[in-house]
Amino acid sequence: MAVTLSDKAAKHIDNFIAKRGKGVGIRLGVRTSGCSGMAYKLEFADEVLPEDVVFESHGLKVMIDPKSLPYMDGTELDFVREGLNEGFKFNNPNVKDQCGCGESFTV
Amino acid sequence: MALLQISEPGMSTAPHQHRLAVGIDLGTTNSLVATVRNGVSLCLQDEDGKALLPSIVHYLPDGQIVVGRKAQATQAVDPRNTIISVKRFMGRGLKDVSHVETMPYDFVDTEGMVRLRTVQGVKSPVEVSAEILKELRLRAERSLGDELTGAVITVPAYFDDAQRQATKDAARLAGLNVLRLLNEPTAAAIAYGLENASEGVYAVYDLGGGTFDISILRLSRGVFEVVATSGDAALGGDDFDHRVFCWILDNAGISLPSDRDSRRMLMKAREVKERLSLDESAPVRMTLDSGDEIDLVIERQVLVDITRPLVEKTLRPLKKALRDAGLEASDVKGVVMVGGATRMPHVQQAIGEFFGQTPLTNLDPDTVVAIGAAMQANVLAGNRAAEEEWLLLDVIPLSLGIETMGGLVEKIIPRNSTIPTARAQDFTTFKDGQTAMSFHVVQGERELVADCRSLARFELRGIPPMVAGAARIRVTFQVDADGLLSVSAREVSTGVEARVEVKPSYGLADDEIADMLKAGFEHAQQDMERRALKEQQVEAERVIEATEQALAIDASLLDEAERTALDAAIAALRSAAQGQDSRAIKIQLEAFNRASNEFASRRMDKSIRQALAGHKIDEIRI
Repeated sequence: MAVTLSDKAAKHIDNFIAKRGKGVGIRLGVRTSGCSGMAYKLEFADEVLPEDVVFESHGLKVMIDPKSLPYMDGTELDFVREGLNEGFKFNNPNVKDQCGCGESFTV
Repeated sequence: MALLQISEPGMSTAPHQHRLAVGIDLGTTNSLVATVRNGVSLCLQDEDGKALLPSIVHYLPDGQIVVGRKAQATQAVDPRNTIISVKRFMGRGLKDVSHVETMPYDFVDTEGMVRLRTVQGVKSPVEVSAEILKELRLRAERSLGDELTGAVITVPAYFDDAQRQATKDAARLAGLNVLRLLNEPTAAAIAYGLENASEGVYAVYDLGGGTFDISILRLSRGVFEVVATSGDAALGGDDFDHRVFCWILDNAGISLPSDRDSRRMLMKAREVKERLSLDESAPVRMTLDSGDEIDLVIERQVLVDITRPLVEKTLRPLKKALRDAGLEASDVKGVVMVGGATRMPHVQQAIGEFFGQTPLTNLDPDTVVAIGAAMQANVLAGNRAAEEEWLLLDVIPLSLGIETMGGLVEKIIPRNSTIPTARAQDFTTFKDGQTAMSFHVVQGERELVADCRSLARFELRGIPPMVAGAARIRVTFQVDADGLLSVSAREVSTGVEARVEVKPSYGLADDEIADMLKAGFEHAQQDMERRALKEQQVEAERVIEATEQALAIDASLLDEAERTALDAAIAALRSAAQGQDSRAIKIQLEAFNRASNEFASRRMDKSIRQALAGHKIDEIRI
């Protein structure tokens, strides 16, 4: 099981954590919510929790809670630009369907 | 797919929960919009990578309205329809505006606020400001990828109620939800994180392009209070440029330059002034229209000498503000520098000497106000955990939410959110052709409406008939600084709207709030199970209804045996849905989906056949 960061995502996360001034890495996860079942969680992590599964990608720590991991195995987190907008995108091979806006999904 | 940003720990947004908020510095000469993304506050740029939007609006005869840099270009050609520095007119009558005679506008002296006659009719300063705000809103929405929940807009500390109201009106006209108006000096102090500093008195020295403001703030319990303001409405960086311009004229021996030459020399003067903030000397080289060459070198010390009277001129209002506040310079704990002109080292030095301490200059003085406003907006929109530094702001004691199908509560504003606050969430219709929706606003921590406190009910009518799930109803909860809740529901395509206002804390004693909270914790597990059950029941009801409707139309697609089997599946699901076992309903739902699969695909085939019937193959584009 693994979750990875793209080059660009890693560079931006590194930069954001540096500017924020604290944080041991980022925390990914899923939770049940939204119009199509599940939604991603993408947060700064200030600590590693005992139950966390920790991955290292480009020297950055990526924390995932064990309940979320099965839904996210093989996911790559990417950073993309769309016009003036920019942000993170989950490339998750487990996704079968997502709602029109892409804010939630089902596996 | 929507792009995501990194949230603070525990603060991830739910899908379709909109918490995008910006800070806007609506300035006399330039305006800016900023936000906090991925934990970093930054100014949003336009397509050309420029953050500063010149506060200029040009009305064209063909109905077009141009804002910003492009409007700046036409300023000289069409001054009457190109409105600059409109901020000076906000909330002012004609008699309040100084130097009216020197302005190129066609003023209309009406009751209340002054108005300007343009090629597109008579415009109020509110309408002109709204154009600037609209431009910034569009930029923000393009940059953030969605509609904004709200904005914090900064105003000078000396703005009176009429000027503040005018600013709010302009924001509303621009389609912005104002979370709060924030004093410019307070915004700058927030950008420097001073609200976490020790209590005491702080000074904000704001030397902009054309105006100078000094504000004395007192910080107590995390809240800034403006104790005194002063300034000079006709003193700014432009005056420093002008002194350098005069120096160039003197030293190049030019007495009467042409208009074109003087414009170019003025630009040169500004460039040289900026250069001297970094270097000890700067070259002044240009070729005039006459072919004459200017080739000079200006030392930083020369700039210091020729602009000394200007710097000293700012000390007078400074002393006055301190006197008004009944304070000495030594009482001031920190000094914040705002405005591009404060980049000049000799300005910083003079202010440092006056206060006997080094002023704060490490943030960009042009953007510091917008950044502070963005940080405030980020908190008000609920993107920061309430625990940390912002504890002293008011919070709402119990979650506010809305009833959804099955008597469940969807919490829109969680408890402990700081107020004022605003949150929006999208809902949709449950039945085909549904044209009205009833809203039940509730308060409490429990999952079921029956266990929460009912606050208000209202209806939204006039939703255009659509299939179930197609309509988008945006429900916005807003709690103002006084704790007043207003809930509005708007159908996005037609804009039909309904709203209600309530005071959630009305008639609720502290111990009742405590009891409601305790009940919420004690029943957490039970509530979760009841919620799961209700959700399954609603889903069962929805599929049964959809299937029965389909059967009423397309019964002919099934033979008798298939029909019997499907009817049996409906009956089984219905009976499970009447029970109390959420897992049993789930199992029946899955069974039902398998049983109705064939019927669904035949219906799909049929509608495709109908859609294609009577068309030639080459009429159809894929």
